Amino acid sequence: MAIGVKVVARPSGIAQDMYVSAVVKGLGVTMRHFFENLFGKKHIVTVQYPEERAVYPKRYRGLHRLMTRDDGSVRCVACMCCPTACPAHCITIVAEETGNGAEKRPAIFEIDELRCVVCGLCVEACPCDAIRMDTGIHAPPVEHRGDAVLGKLDLLAHTGKSEAHQGGLGGEWRGAPPVRTG
Amino acid sequence: MGALVIVIPLALFFVLGLVATLIFGWVIPALGGDPNAWYGALIKTAFILLGFVLPLASVLTWMERKQSALMQDRIGPNRASVGGVRAFGLMHFVADALKMLFKEDFVPAKANKFLFGLAPVLAIAPVLITFAIIPWGGGVCPGRLSETLTDETLATCLETGARFQVVHLEVGLLFYFAIASLAVYGTTLAGWASYNKFSLLGGLRASSQMMSYEVTMGMAILGAFLVYGSLEPATIVMAQGSNPLHWGIVTQPLGFILFFVAAIAETKRTPFDLPEGEPELIGYFVEYSGMRFGMFFLAEFMEVIFTAAVVATVFFGGWQLPGLHAGGFLGTAMPHWLVASLGFVVFAFKTFVLCWFQLMIRWTLPRFRPDQLMRLGWKQLLPLSIANILITAAVVLALMPTGGK
Ligand code: SF4
Ligand code: SF4
Repeated sequence: MAIGVKVVARPSGIAQDMYVSAVVKGLGVTMRHFFENLFGKKHIVTVQYPEERAVYPKRYRGLHRLMTRDDGSVRCVACMCCPTACPAHCITIVAEETGNGAEKRPAIFEIDELRCVVCGLCVEACPCDAIRMDTGIHAPPVEHRGDAVLGKLDLLAHTGKSEAHQGGLGGEWRGAPPVRTG
Repeated sequence: MGALVIVIPLALFFVLGLVATLIFGWVIPALGGDPNAWYGALIKTAFILLGFVLPLASVLTWMERKQSALMQDRIGPNRASVGGVRAFGLMHFVADALKMLFKEDFVPAKANKFLFGLAPVLAIAPVLITFAIIPWGGGVCPGRLSETLTDETLATCLETGARFQVVHLEVGLLFYFAIASLAVYGTTLAGWASYNKFSLLGGLRASSQMMSYEVTMGMAILGAFLVYGSLEPATIVMAQGSNPLHWGIVTQPLGFILFFVAAIAETKRTPFDLPEGEPELIGYFVEYSGMRFGMFFLAEFMEVIFTAAVVATVFFGGWQLPGLHAGGFLGTAMPHWLVASLGFVVFAFKTFVLCWFQLMIRWTLPRFRPDQLMRLGWKQLLPLSIANILITAAVVLALMPTGGK
């Protein structure tokens, strides 16, 4: 079926041309709001920012943070998943040896918060829950662009321990008899 | 803050009215002067401009932001504080004034320096001058301030007493039209002298708009002249009396609407703000900064006040209130000084409310297109105002064959 053209008649006529009814109607709306807000602040939605804060939803994506392990070392294993996933190319990682032969760790971990598009893909990409965006802090204003590049220490500043366990639950879990159902 | 917005203005207006009553009814006569002489007129000018118009214009800049905020479910400016006193953001206009004074006064390189500097003055001066004809009270009878007068004694006494009006011109409102139309020079010259295409367009729009609506404005108010038989504002107020059924709004409802619309168009504010439509051409003052811009801004607000004052005078009975007469209010007897001060309060409050109403309109309606503007002015308002004159003339002739009075 071809797309039809629906012609909407332009309202015309003397009443329309005099604007009077529209003006009265419009004034009715604005006056109602004015008086209800003047005597009782009924509809006001303003949040007085520094004193009052809007409550962010639980899953609000704020500044990034890096998580730590039980011993306080950074969880990140420099697997490069997050810089690969990042559509804005704003994560820079330089890996280094940890010395235990099995893992790497980031020597440099930088996120440019000005380039970040707050998509959360880095969090999704991370295989070991090392990076999160749940600080609830929105990007602070900066004077120089460089100040918006957060390094490893900045990212660790809001750290917290992850409940996930590195490498699963470990040997003890393996020692326990497997639970089989059915 | 609900009730405060009514109580505080009333209290301030009363203080102002009292000051005027005392100056013209007591101080000047006691010094052996004549309140209606040239120096009296100077003091009256200073009183009405410095005491009423300029402060109100500054407060209107705050009111406009606060009122638009409430209409749009916001709070509006409330952060500026002097020594921790915020006063609902009232300090913002002080901050504004300071900002304007200290801003760089920029003149474009190719602008016509002389006309560029002259334009803001030409915009603001006519508005200031027109306030001369506005009667802001019934006048005061020197030396009899504490007596309770009757209407007759007051009328005879006022023939020589102090009028609350800078000049008493028989052609009062014609003078207003003559002077007010000069304001268009300010805007057009500002547009032309800035050497900027956008400001020139704004200036041209302003001149075409103001000329078109001037015609309607004059025609619309003619009906009121016919009914009250005078061009002199104070005489028109007296002719209306204190009964609201004889006020211009009842005898000339169509004339009132037409005049009000045309007068709003003259102030160049939304919905008639084509000369300064921000999205298309920032306006005839696009090159102005600092206090020169401030003068255009202030002129606009003073035009709002002036429109309100004229409408209050011609259509809302000026300083008269039902029940208020020379001897007091309703049955209560009052001394003359109180009645004279209350007259100012009534006038000032009517002006204030009409200013509020204009702000209401300004923040409610969207802007017209230029063709709609011209069509409204020439094809709708003008024929209606001519019809209004003809009908009024016929009715006046039928009811009052001896002439308006
Ligand atoms: S939120 Fe998106 S853009 Fe920002 S760092 Fe993570 S992946 Fe990159
Ligand atoms: S994905 Fe996780 S572990 Fe891999 S580099 Fe990024 S933060 Fe580190």
